Amino acid sequence: MADMQEKIAKLFPEATFEAGDTLLVNIPDSRWHELAKTLRDDDELAFDYLVTIVGMDWADSLGCIYYLNSTKHGTHISVKVSTTDRIQPMLHSISDLWAIAVIYEREVYDFFGIVFINNPDMRRLFLSIDWKGYPLRKDYDASPEVNPVSTENERQSDFTNTWVEGPDGKIEKKEVRVFEKDDFVVNIGPQHPATHGVLRFRTAVDGEEIKKIDVYMGYIHRGIEKICEQLTYPQTLHFMDRLDYFSAHPYHHGLCMTIEQAAGIEISRRAQVIRVLMDELSRIASHCLFIGTFCMDLGATTMLFYTLRVREQILDIMEKTCGARMTFNYECIGGVMQDLHPDFVKDVKALLEVLPANIKEYNKIFTGNVITRGRMENVGVLSREDAISWSITGPSGRASGWACDIRKTDPYSIYSELDFEEVTRTEGDSMARFKVRMDEMVQSARIIEQLIDNIPEGEYCVKVPKVLKLPVGHWFRMVEGCRGAFGIYIESDGTTSPYRLKIVPPCLPAAAVVDHLTRGNKIADLITIGGSMDYIVPDIDR
Amino acid sequence: MFDFSQFTTWLHQTLLGFMPEWLAVTAECVLIGFALLLGYSVLALFYILYERKICAYFQCRLGPVRVGPWGLLQSVADMFKILIKELISLKHVDQFLFALAPYLVILASMLSFAVLPWGNGMQIIDFNIGIFFLIAVSSIGVLGILLAGWSSANKFTLIGALRSGAQMVSYELSIGLSVLTMVCFAGTMEVGGIVEAQSDLWFIVKGHIPAIIAFIIYLIAGTAETNRGPFDLPEAESELTAGYHTEYSGIHFGFYYLAEYLNLFIVSGVAALLFFGGWMPLHIPGWDAFNGAMDWIPGIVWFLVKAIAISFIIIWFKWTFPRLRIDQILKLEWKYLLPINLVNLVLMALIVVYGIHL
Repeated sequence: MADMQEKIAKLFPEATFEAGDTLLVNIPDSRWHELAKTLRDDDELAFDYLVTIVGMDWADSLGCIYYLNSTKHGTHISVKVSTTDRIQPMLHSISDLWAIAVIYEREVYDFFGIVFINNPDMRRLFLSIDWKGYPLRKDYDASPEVNPVSTENERQSDFTNTWVEGPDGKIEKKEVRVFEKDDFVVNIGPQHPATHGVLRFRTAVDGEEIKKIDVYMGYIHRGIEKICEQLTYPQTLHFMDRLDYFSAHPYHHGLCMTIEQAAGIEISRRAQVIRVLMDELSRIASHCLFIGTFCMDLGATTMLFYTLRVREQILDIMEKTCGARMTFNYECIGGVMQDLHPDFVKDVKALLEVLPANIKEYNKIFTGNVITRGRMENVGVLSREDAISWSITGPSGRASGWACDIRKTDPYSIYSELDFEEVTRTEGDSMARFKVRMDEMVQSARIIEQLIDNIPEGEYCVKVPKVLKLPVGHWFRMVEGCRGAFGIYIESDGTTSPYRLKIVPPCLPAAAVVDHLTRGNKIADLITIGGSMDYIVPDIDR
Repeated sequence: MFDFSQFTTWLHQTLLGFMPEWLAVTAECVLIGFALLLGYSVLALFYILYERKICAYFQCRLGPVRVGPWGLLQSVADMFKILIKELISLKHVDQFLFALAPYLVILASMLSFAVLPWGNGMQIIDFNIGIFFLIAVSSIGVLGILLAGWSSANKFTLIGALRSGAQMVSYELSIGLSVLTMVCFAGTMEVGGIVEAQSDLWFIVKGHIPAIIAFIIYLIAGTAETNRGPFDLPEAESELTAGYHTEYSGIHFGFYYLAEYLNLFIVSGVAALLFFGGWMPLHIPGWDAFNGAMDWIPGIVWFLVKAIAISFIIIWFKWTFPRLRIDQILKLEWKYLLPINLVNLVLMALIVVYGIHL
């Protein structure tokens, strides 16, 4: 960390540094693009993975915190860029350096009104086109009179804005067409069987071939980040079930860990083991559902029922312990809500017994099938570089050869003691993404096998203060959700509720990359690629 | 074996007894039309239940069990529901063509019923170009699908219709050629003649290798012709919501639904006719007692059982395989099935010329 700081200080004397869970670099906007380029391209730094852009409103200034990781050195860094202009705040875009930045910057623009100079597509991302105000700003007027519920259809536009900086430094606003004038644009979604929720792809096609896709999100945006700012820390936990509802346990785990780390709470070993067991069970359930729905998208409906059989068994186990099958609300600050059900061990063992036979059956009926292979092999190939540039984490990233499993790269909880393999493949096509998930189910079962007989005795939840206040500061944590790296950023001003809580979902990049992957492919391939990316809409929209 | 034409001749004579010939023929036509419609709807109801039950067992489910014993009345209830549903009228559609399209589809499958060999003498019309007529009328269906897709003024239906057009025109070739192979073997296009020619052995055994190849190709192409999975691209629900019939509602949608199942029956029925002897019972040369026993089972039972058994294979395809992509479908036809078919036709011709068959 010290070397990094020295090196940056030498190149950029105006940079200031703050120590924290990651090194924070303060840089004025005028040098930001240059610093970003250095951070990415310099061999010793090599921060090639843009984790997230956290938009911030510090009352006196607006700005962003960029979290960057190096896939080569495994190091982390964060950069803070801010502006004091609240009327027309502008920062320089890094969308030419990281592909995913286009979407991340749009999100910041949507919520904070910060315009990114040179970003080719400065539209709102989640909110409707005529929305007044920027909701995550602290001075936002949330009264319903300002943004009444409309009974009219939402206004649509074929144009997007971009602010371009000329060679003389003058900034000019331009209007650009999203599609070409005589494109045949098909609306796939928001109500469409293959988008797995209310997501909309505006698809320009030429016959059966796809020319361009404009991803249109926000149909179920609930403003969870904004709501959390008004809630106490234990209350914010319940929203984690409502993001990726198939991987509620890992998400809960992530937020609990961040808060526990910030508050300095140590949890018992029993609670840790229970959390990991639940995480891995959800991973199997989630991948089962992925296989089922993916096969159904390709037309093999029967597979859905075969995989749901296993998933049902897992949900039954969870129901016994957590009392729910979807929104579990199980992990809490200090441990877990209630102790394991007495049948838990027996039920999990029964599951482990049937799982290998089921996976074998899936492979037999589907994976080797000649039609399946024709539909999936070499379809939607994502190279390792693109996966990193687009921040495609989780099984999809690993299918492209990027070892991005947080359980291995930054082990949390008790993962460092467990014996399991990180499944990676090199092909990067839809088949690889499918197979990685198949193999991950085996690895998850392996983890469960190691733990199920060794659940230590102890308290399942340690005592935590009734009124939980976090010290002033900010924290960023990541966990491995079922669909990829899930991050939580908390900034606290010392009160009982977060000053800012930013959720970093793995599905947003997965949906954003669909345009890149489908160009030149057939309409049917859009379904294959979209299915294999395994995004889930509540996670994108939050 | 009971010859059904005895009954029809008797009916005709009786009618002639008290009415002029033109009236008798008209009355018979009405009677046949009535029987046809009845058989048509009963078969459709049966097939809907049949497929639902089969796919349920494939998927570890029970299928419909609530309405009637073993869910037998489920499809009757479904039909009733679809009959009383509203026909939603849409703006911006070509009203005439939009309304015409489902009738074209249903017409095509009804016309095909005319030449199916239901039993000994139990055929609506048996003339010298029966098979040719069958292929000709079954091609009308694609017109209905194209019109439906185009007149709905919807992008999904248009894509579905164009896919369907490309697919059906391509697979018509394979169907035609595999049928031609068997016609070549039978030496006649007359449906009655083809059945009669299989009175000693069914063609699938008699014609051995080329007949088996033709049967496999026919089954694949037939599945594609009926727009069923894995060739259900025109209505690929995960891509095009419901393809060409997305905009249809009520009984107009019901017509497409019916036609799909009836086409499944027709394809299986024609396969039964060409390869498994139509209504002809299982006869093995030399086993006279056995053959005699087989003759006791009526021809209509033979025909229905054969057709339904072949349908089972097609349904099995649908609930096992994922869907193909449009370019893969066309590749399969033009690069594989068509050349194999042509070679197979030559092979069959050689076998017929040199008499190397059973």
